Amino acid sequence: MFYREAGQFKTTYGADQAVFPIAQDRWFVAIVAVIAFVVVPLVASEYILQAVLIPFLVFAMAAIGLNLLTGYAGQVSLGTGGFMAVGGYMTYKITTNIPDINIIVVFLIAGLIAAGVGLLFGIPSLRIKGFYLAVATLAAQFFLGWLFNKVGWFYNDNPSGTITAPPRTLFGVTVTGPEAVAEARYLVSLTIVVVGAMIAKNLVRGRIGRSWMAVRDMDIAAEIIGIRPYRAKLLAFAVSSFYCGVAGAMMVFLWLGSAETLAFDIFVSFNVLFMIIIGGLGSILGSLLGAAFITVMPVALTNIPPLLGIEIPIDLQKNIEVILFGSMIIFFLIVEPRGFARLWQITKEKLRLWPFPY
Amino acid sequence: MDMLYAVFIAPFVDMASDPVFLAEVVIGGLLTGIMYSLVALGFVLIFKASGVFNFAQGVMVLFAALTLVGLMERGVPVWLALVLTVAAMVLLAYAIEWLMLRHLINQDEIILFMATIGLSFVLQGLGEMMWGSNVKPLDIGIPDRSFELWGILLNEFDLFAAAVGAVMVAVLAVFFHYTRIGRALRAVADDHQAAMSVGIPLKTIWIIVWSVAGFVGLVAGIMWGAKSGVQFSLSLIALKALPVLMLGGFTSIPGAILGGLIIGVGEKVAEIYWGPLIGGAIENWFAYVLALTFLVFRPQGLFGERIIERV
Repeated sequence: MFYREAGQFKTTYGADQAVFPIAQDRWFVAIVAVIAFVVVPLVASEYILQAVLIPFLVFAMAAIGLNLLTGYAGQVSLGTGGFMAVGGYMTYKITTNIPDINIIVVFLIAGLIAAGVGLLFGIPSLRIKGFYLAVATLAAQFFLGWLFNKVGWFYNDNPSGTITAPPRTLFGVTVTGPEAVAEARYLVSLTIVVVGAMIAKNLVRGRIGRSWMAVRDMDIAAEIIGIRPYRAKLLAFAVSSFYCGVAGAMMVFLWLGSAETLAFDIFVSFNVLFMIIIGGLGSILGSLLGAAFITVMPVALTNIPPLLGIEIPIDLQKNIEVILFGSMIIFFLIVEPRGFARLWQITKEKLRLWPFPY
Repeated sequence: MDMLYAVFIAPFVDMASDPVFLAEVVIGGLLTGIMYSLVALGFVLIFKASGVFNFAQGVMVLFAALTLVGLMERGVPVWLALVLTVAAMVLLAYAIEWLMLRHLINQDEIILFMATIGLSFVLQGLGEMMWGSNVKPLDIGIPDRSFELWGILLNEFDLFAAAVGAVMVAVLAVFFHYTRIGRALRAVADDHQAAMSVGIPLKTIWIIVWSVAGFVGLVAGIMWGAKSGVQFSLSLIALKALPVLMLGGFTSIPGAILGGLIIGVGEKVAEIYWGPLIGGAIENWFAYVLALTFLVFRPQGLFGERIIERV
């Protein structure tokens, strides 16, 4: 009834190809943006911000990055954690040595370095495909983890081996370090993710995204119609690693405050892969939904039993959490292998006809 | 210049100057390699028969070992515990087919892969919930003494593990080639639809394959468990088996064995002769880089089926 595009006539090609061609969608997005930028920082508690919303934003960024690579360009990667580590460690290295550079600029530089590393580990994708490639990207995961653990240069040779976010300001507000309030860190993360998602969305609509999708669907056929698979694949690795690198920087500087290589271990890579698969491969919105689901679920599993008044011993509860997490993933894969993005799409189709579906 | 010397010449000088030590290192590597192969075998079996890249194999190893130790701790005699554990693995295979695989037929490979990661979480939680999460020693009476042969130090346990590995491979090879079920398994591996059309029940075959993989997991679990105790980190040896798989090819049993040997030796030799140069602890990633470099030149692995692509 309310979700109809009848009467919305487009008079320019630009309007016809807009990201949100329907007015109701634009309103919806605007309302969500207002809530996210204005209402949430005013209302949400420190715990909600720190335990749910900021990690969600960090992983949303990483999930967008991995979705560009896996969902759009079809190259399965298990090295996400490694590329995030590059972002985190390089940000630390740069900002501790040259404190004057704006922290956002440092994030971007670290992202570019991560992109370079991603490019390097993407080279085998030119020869190796499918699961062989997925396992090969684990080389990046383990090698980078080892590198940042062993080579003291990356963490300024401090004895603990951890990197700690120093205080940095943005427009006069402290956004990193122990004094930064959760609201500030949340707003910075949110801005980065919104900008990143917009760029990603436009990237995949254009020539580059189409060449990625062609390579994903069949790289030999793509080559025959004039797309260079090498360039498309390497570009996908670079862009994806850029996003993951920025996500890693956000993770250390805006969320955890300090980290060591364990924070970027292989389970991070798996989690991000879960996010894009449960959210929907080849969908930017899906990356966000998947990230939300995977970050909220463990928190919910921890908090719901006490709320219901069920007392469970800690170790048993932890095992039950793990079992439930695994079962939920299998359940969602069985019910809707194309993820939340697909469910959202179906809902919209239904809404268009509702309440008179005939 | 010094750097080049240290990387390209000094290690070889070391090797030549003490051949007995080199032999020890190589044999140690070969024996560890067999242990990797045991884990990799489980992956290959399932991938061959159902095209599922079963990430949960590592946790199946842990689950089997936990069940065995748990039963033995409760006073069940070894032979009965073994039988019960095998039964548990068969039951598990049945449950996996019934609850998971059956509903995921015709899905993308990556969906199946992710489902097995989910499965690995479930199994891990289940195993620890049932049997506890502390480190358990596993002692089923395998001798663990060192002795010297022509000046080379050997360990009885490692030799025993190698023998078990060899027997496993021989049994599996015979099973695959000469039994009715083995023939059916090979047919399914070749082409699901063609196999079904000549009357091979796909679901039964899957249960059998997962059971066999569970059995292989049990053997690997006993070997690794006896070596380093039964604990959560046992499931991480799956990560050790992956480069072995890449090197040997996902579909080849001899490949899994040979790949395991190559990775085992390469890892040990690199760790001892080149490791100190770059700060040690390289065994976590060395195998991957080795396999990666190899794959760039031969994308289907050592014995993998040749990849033919058509538009």
